[in-house]
Amino acid sequence: MTSAALASYSLTAIYSAMGVYLFAFIAFTLDLAKRSAETPVAAISAPARVGLMSRVGGTAVLNRVPIAPSAPARRSNRFERAAFALTILGWALHVVGTVLRGIAAHRVPWANMFEFSLTASAIIVGVFIAVQAWQNLLFLGAYITGFSLIVLGFGTVGFYVNVVPLPPALQSYWLVIHVFVATLGTAFFAIGAGLSLVQLIQARREAKQFSGLKFLDTMPDAEKLETLAYRVIVVGFVFWTFTLMAGAIWAAHAWGRYWGWDTKEVWTFIIWTIFAGYIHARATRGWRGSRSAYLAIVGFAAVMFNFTIVNLFFKGLHAYSGL
Amino acid sequence: MSRPSDHIDSPVPAPRDGVIQPKLGPIGYVRYFWRQLTSMRTALFLLLLLAVAAVPGSVFPQRSSDPNGVTQYFSNNPSAAPTLDKLQLFDVYTSAWFSAIYLLLFISLIGCVIPRTIHHAKALASPPPKTPARLERLGAFSAFEIEADASGPALTAASAVDSGRAVLRKAGYRVRMFDGRGPDGPELSVSAERGYLRETGNLVFHFSLIGILLAVGIGGGVGYTGQKVLVVGQAFANVRLTFDAFTKGRFFSDSDLQPYRIRLDKFAVKYEESNRNALGQPIDYTADVTTFDAAGKATPAVVKVNDPLRLGGNDIYLLGNGYAPWVTVKNPAGKIVYSEPVPFLAQDANLTSLGIIKVPDGLASQVGMRAFFYPTAGPPDANGVLGSVYPDLRNPVLSLVVFTGDLGIDKGVPKSVYVLNTDKMTPLAGPGAADGTTALRLKPGESAQIPRGLGSITFENKAPDSEKADLSQSVQRFVSFDVHRDPTQGWVLFFAICVLAGLLTSLFIPRRRLWIKVVELTDGRMRIEYAGLARGEDPTLEAAVSAVAQRHSQQLGLKLNL
Repeated sequence: MTSAALASYSLTAIYSAMGVYLFAFIAFTLDLAKRSAETPVAAISAPARVGLMSRVGGTAVLNRVPIAPSAPARRSNRFERAAFALTILGWALHVVGTVLRGIAAHRVPWANMFEFSLTASAIIVGVFIAVQAWQNLLFLGAYITGFSLIVLGFGTVGFYVNVVPLPPALQSYWLVIHVFVATLGTAFFAIGAGLSLVQLIQARREAKQFSGLKFLDTMPDAEKLETLAYRVIVVGFVFWTFTLMAGAIWAAHAWGRYWGWDTKEVWTFIIWTIFAGYIHARATRGWRGSRSAYLAIVGFAAVMFNFTIVNLFFKGLHAYSGL
Repeated sequence: MSRPSDHIDSPVPAPRDGVIQPKLGPIGYVRYFWRQLTSMRTALFLLLLLAVAAVPGSVFPQRSSDPNGVTQYFSNNPSAAPTLDKLQLFDVYTSAWFSAIYLLLFISLIGCVIPRTIHHAKALASPPPKTPARLERLGAFSAFEIEADASGPALTAASAVDSGRAVLRKAGYRVRMFDGRGPDGPELSVSAERGYLRETGNLVFHFSLIGILLAVGIGGGVGYTGQKVLVVGQAFANVRLTFDAFTKGRFFSDSDLQPYRIRLDKFAVKYEESNRNALGQPIDYTADVTTFDAAGKATPAVVKVNDPLRLGGNDIYLLGNGYAPWVTVKNPAGKIVYSEPVPFLAQDANLTSLGIIKVPDGLASQVGMRAFFYPTAGPPDANGVLGSVYPDLRNPVLSLVVFTGDLGIDKGVPKSVYVLNTDKMTPLAGPGAADGTTALRLKPGESAQIPRGLGSITFENKAPDSEKADLSQSVQRFVSFDVHRDPTQGWVLFFAICVLAGLLTSLFIPRRRLWIKVVELTDGRMRIEYAGLARGEDPTLEAAVSAVAQRHSQQLGLKLNL
């Protein structure tokens, strides 16, 4: 099969994925609406602290010291299940499209802005799906699928470029490492920002500033959301630190210096500093809660700014948008 | 105090209502400011300020990374640029205000990590603390009661707590045994702590940041960078004067330059020829060079874009390239007064290139030429202007606009070789020429007369023996090499790896205390209590307490169904 044919199949798969994501987004939105009608229960129950003890082969009577029973887990509704199934289907198509693009180009599919949009959104959705095995964060589904739809929309309409060979400066294994880890970091920051956003709304609601948005009752409380956001963001922060280092090593190979305050380097540094600030804010009295949540959102906004505005409008050495 | 007083783990200060602050003396003020500077709040503020202060450097062109952009900014905004320059907005990252922020931040950091290091060293040397009297008050707690008439091997409080100690030790805890009396009866307990590496990693992370800052600073002081343009066939020696541009650190001396010589033998560029979407896109640059060490021993080597050449403590990078048409100028008597390859600067992707030729001596008057080179000249547009349609040599054309007059280079003031100042010159050929003479257009091997009988000019064909139609080797290329020496680069990498390792351990290794307490109740029953206390972020504390309870009960021959 020719490269052009593969590239067009790739695009077909991506458009199909976008269609499926659209339905997933609608279903997730309906799920949120349905949640408003539910009777409130703690969404994420505390893990069981104690259990029954029985003597192996013995007749011992073992008493459990009574502790308050944990709240029953919330039951998922059918919109939620359908939405998640659709997300997995859309993601499968998305991955097929991204891989086909890589095969068409004979290289990793993240060498220009179009390909980066494909890969980054695929990883964001992939991490979102994988995270469900650890914590039920399906309430973020509308945010994640909506966000991926927007990224793919901009990618296919605004950033599309034909398959072209890599310029000599990009012909390095660091392209595989540096850009991929940056994408992973972006995915974790995206989920973290979503959690922080819900946390902010939840905190205002808990402070009785408003009483609407009843579906928030089905989500974890602000404190739990903050812990979840923190755990996701520190993973992103480690990836981002690695991106910064790998980028510096590559820059030392390709440009003859490891750090030169190129616009992209500046923004990578700014993002690193904001998230370092976020982690420190969590350890500073008076900065926990909403203030650190704002930092997480500002940090992710800076990531998006770095990807779009800096790539397209700022002059620098990272001129690989292909546009 | 191990951490700043406003750290989330430090005790909440008592309310200060009605407390009269004592008057501070000079030392009191110094202490006060030091405490302010090393507080979390100030560190956080400086960190975020640093992020904000870095932004202008991406908005305004910087002298360090984009000097031409700065020149352009000055000519486009003549009124605003000097003010912005006074605010150091074209040198943000070396500016007084940016430096002030990061230096304060690092002082704050040092003031924070040194007391913490001392505190941590003490913690490493001290055993786990005494078991709290009321474990049920802790966040993660579970307890089980065992009836007195349990059959099987005898289970005593001492054996139960001993096996608990073994379980904790195996899980990597430091342990210490206690016995005492509680409200319900005699108690035996083991107090355990783990995760000292978390704080170690945290300190390594912060010290490594200081290490990076120092290594970068020292490297800037002793290193150097030089640029050299070489046309194929030319060579250069690693001596300061032979470089076209040379930037050195404060502590650099000429003796730091290793004696070696490099000759550019061949430079090959590969262009995409089959993909219709990318015709003419360069896909490979390869420079074949020969290096000569101090003894004159020749070694062949290759320099590519992502593959610098290491030589004599230097890294030699292939950063730029272009065409260097060889131009010969003769006086009317046929004597050669100028004959050399002229590096042209590429203006677009198809390598339409601009070059300047200055002939100061040997002709009746000084001659300057502003020349455009088209490696593959396309058909002229409506105004007769040429353009290159392909970057390789398919139809090379050199177009020269000729001036005569004063080149302005006699006063000894250094002038850029890429700029022709025509203020005191008259055009002889090309736009503005009095008699309407058009620009001279030459193909390789062709010659033309300079108007007013000043002499002749030849565009040399460097491969005259190839077939008539094949001009692919007729014009030489030049390569621009960057020569770098940064002796602390390895240290920066070392500290960066320490930063990452410290970050991983400080974020993902949980620091926690765990207790197992066995209480002998009055009626002969026994109660086993498990409790845990997180020190810092520890989302898996409850799971860890359950796991210890599980393993302990297995040791005791009990089955715990969670």
